[in-house]
Amino acid sequence: MTGLVGMGAIGAGLLGSLTGLGGGVVIVPLLTLVFHVDIRYAIGASLISVIATSSGSAAAYVREGYSNIRIGMFLEIATTLGAIVGAFLSGYISTSVIAIIFGAVLFYSAYLSIRPREEHSPAHVSRKLAVKLRLPSTYPVEGEMLQYGVNNVTGGFSLMGVAGVLSGLLGIGSGAVKVLAMDHFMRLPFKVSTTTSNFMIGVTAAASAGIYLHRGYIDPVLAMPVVLGVLGGSLVGTKILSRSKTRSLRILFSIVIFVLAMEMLYNGISGKL
Amino acid sequence: MRTHHVPANDTAKDHTIEVIIGNLLRICVILVVIIVGTGALLFLPSNASLMTSYRRFAGEPLALRSVKNILGLANSGDARGIMQAGLLLLILTPILRVVFSVFAFLYEKDYLYVLFTLVVLGILAFSLSGG
Repeated sequence: MTGLVGMGAIGAGLLGSLTGLGGGVVIVPLLTLVFHVDIRYAIGASLISVIATSSGSAAAYVREGYSNIRIGMFLEIATTLGAIVGAFLSGYISTSVIAIIFGAVLFYSAYLSIRPREEHSPAHVSRKLAVKLRLPSTYPVEGEMLQYGVNNVTGGFSLMGVAGVLSGLLGIGSGAVKVLAMDHFMRLPFKVSTTTSNFMIGVTAAASAGIYLHRGYIDPVLAMPVVLGVLGGSLVGTKILSRSKTRSLRILFSIVIFVLAMEMLYNGISGKL
Repeated sequence: MRTHHVPANDTAKDHTIEVIIGNLLRICVILVVIIVGTGALLFLPSNASLMTSYRRFAGEPLALRSVKNILGLANSGDARGIMQAGLLLLILTPILRVVFSVFAFLYEKDYLYVLFTLVVLGILAFSLSGG
């Protein structure tokens, strides 16, 4: 079983890095639907793999020079609090309900991965609160450092709390929700949103991982092939990223996620998970 | 409600610190792979045929649940303990990043962000101590 789980995890890591969606969202369905692992063990293993990809790719993201550590740290107050709430909730909500919520999140992810990305111009002016918090910064565009503003701090902060709850409840990175908060609410440049999101995903996942560890959800024999597989897969993924067309991969990935979403919903509603 | 842009933060200084932290995290992840891999090499030969069922949730034994117990078990050479210690180090890597940020913001004399970072660190410590 260890070898098969490892191979599945390599596939998840590969697809996750090629599409930029992260592999976390497919680990739990893979373990529960294919390997019939109890969803609680699956969430524990997935959370660990999310931390691995976030920390492992941090250096590569940082080198590009887009991430904003102040925005990241400020919003982490919301995501870590949310993650702890999510981890506690998971102890009280039945596994069937967790599977249904998971299915809904998968549908949203499938939609996000095929939706054409709408380009918007980043904000040039900032709200008073954003300035007070020293959030506006600069980012490189064709060798030049451009200034950008920050909008709707309270809206972004609240949505980050939701991202944290989902991360803690489902064992996923919630990168898509994090980018949504920074991209659409705070109107940050897209590159700043994605790289800062990577920075936050690991910290958010660590906030719920501690609680899961103490509750006995994290099994080393199950998590071992998942972590090593996802890391290996995403490493290969980043190596071939520049050479492949990601559009067709995105469509393939979203079909996979869509099918997994149906399965999770069906299993949740029928009480099989 | 809107004000004009104020001068940005010292991005260059931020960036240098971030590069150091990023490389540090990568080293940690490599270390995690080595530790977890060592545990796996010790574990698999004698347990490869063992089909553990994860279908029913029983929860891990107490020896694999807290920082102190995991380190104790790993120290005794137990394969599961070693793998779990590697995973524990992995959970610590993002926390390490936050700890580093405290010093980075102190260095920049940005006390508001020292405070924010300490809040995040407090939340993480609460979680790691068992909630």
